[in-house]
Amino acid sequence: MAVTVRVPTILRTYTGGESQVTAEGATLNELLDSLDASYPGIKGKIVDDQGELRRFVNVYVGNDDVRFLDGLDTPTADGTQVSVIPAVAGG
Amino acid sequence: MSITLEPQQTAPSDSRAFGNARCLVCRECRAEQPLGPFYACPECFGPLEVGYDFPSISRHTIEAGPKNIWRYAELLPVRPDIASIPNTEPGCTRLLRADNLARELGMKALWVKDDSGNPTHSFKDRVVAVALAAARELGLNVLACPSTGNLANAVAAAAARAGIKSVVFIPHDLERPKVLASAVYGGTLIAVKGNYDDANKLASEIAGEEDDWAFVNVNVRPYYAEGSKTLGYEVAEQLGWRLPDQVVIPVASGSQLTKVDKGFAELGRLGLVEQTPYKIFGAQAEGCSPVATAFRERRDVIRPVKPDTIAKSLAIGNPADGPYVLDVCRRTGGAVEAVTDDEVRDGIQLLARSEGIFAETAGGVTVATLKKLVDCGHLDPDAETVVINTGDGLKTLDAVADRVGPAATIEPTYPAFVATGL
Repeated sequence: MAVTVRVPTILRTYTGGESQVTAEGATLNELLDSLDASYPGIKGKIVDDQGELRRFVNVYVGNDDVRFLDGLDTPTADGTQVSVIPAVAGG
Repeated sequence: MSITLEPQQTAPSDSRAFGNARCLVCRECRAEQPLGPFYACPECFGPLEVGYDFPSISRHTIEAGPKNIWRYAELLPVRPDIASIPNTEPGCTRLLRADNLARELGMKALWVKDDSGNPTHSFKDRVVAVALAAARELGLNVLACPSTGNLANAVAAAAARAGIKSVVFIPHDLERPKVLASAVYGGTLIAVKGNYDDANKLASEIAGEEDDWAFVNVNVRPYYAEGSKTLGYEVAEQLGWRLPDQVVIPVASGSQLTKVDKGFAELGRLGLVEQTPYKIFGAQAEGCSPVATAFRERRDVIRPVKPDTIAKSLAIGNPADGPYVLDVCRRTGGAVEAVTDDEVRDGIQLLARSEGIFAETAGGVTVATLKKLVDCGHLDPDAETVVINTGDGLKTLDAVADRVGPAATIEPTYPAFVATGL
């Protein structure tokens, strides 16, 4: 069983317009590598050249912001859902 | 590698649909996008803001305009005849000289920009009015938002006035007045079992699926945020077309603070005010102070927090504009400070007692932070200062419910009154 990844609108050009795709990986970092193998270039939009999450992207494993967990080392168990969301907040 | 966006919506119907606005610009990498329902840069995920080609704009044109934010229509991404389309007509709130409060704090010249005087009693009417205008031009049919309360009130009211559907997402534990003051307008109100950041995440996901919804603070955020510039414009105009020396502004997402700065800068560039230096200070509650913490620790990165404060309208644990608040406050020589919930209550009472202005908790945060900044010497007590009150105390009565009340409860007789010793 794989992990479901919800893809924001601005990255759907990489996924052929799909809003939800699947990938494999025990951690978020591995998951993003798997995602990048299927959709080349997508990881570089989420992670910067230093290997850190980009400043204006939020990634959730389940309902939790990975910045409160272990960042890119956050475990991604089979069956969980990962959401990639541009950071906007205010209201 | 560059990627191009599929146009999600039809292009604006005419070339003046967004007034003098020209494009959307990434605040990080400066890449440009056409005007559309976009909010994140496809290159770097950075937030987009509106870029303009301003013509020459005169004070006279502005002064001859309506007594609301549309007097600044030429400086906003709205069509020239925006004032004639049904809207809540926010803005032109009072700027009060606060001599009593100044005296208490040992200051020389202090003003309160009291934005509780807006149609739904907070500054949010300004931003929603601009978001609504954008939604209309972009062909979006539903006005929506995740909200800490004030925005919920503003969206529900603006949608009712415009005759369109609204859907508002709020944290389930919001103050009751804010819940009722949203629901009364008849739109759809959804309580989310989580905090604001949870509601915001949900809204961002829905925004990616519902093509004809305008989430005012998500997919039309670049337009929405421009509405806060009008706070800066009004302060300058009300001071007689000049900039104050210092401004203290509450920080939730941080958008308002950065847009007041943008507004001041635009007025200077357009020659509407003299480009005098000003310092901008940010105010947070300690229970949700990720920006103040980053400022104090001299960091550029904001570490998100789980909010725990009575200042719910500022309880955004992951403030998207936080890095820009740091930039503005550092660039102008200001600071970002935080105060405890008890100081927030003190701040509400201090402003009410000294100036007759009843602020909501966010205003309490700002006044308490003003006091703290003066006490610690960060803020110059001799320089002209403006403090912004963003909302009405009637929305957050619980904050002072245990602190104020009748001096006595008496029988309706004169002897009973005398017996109180008043």
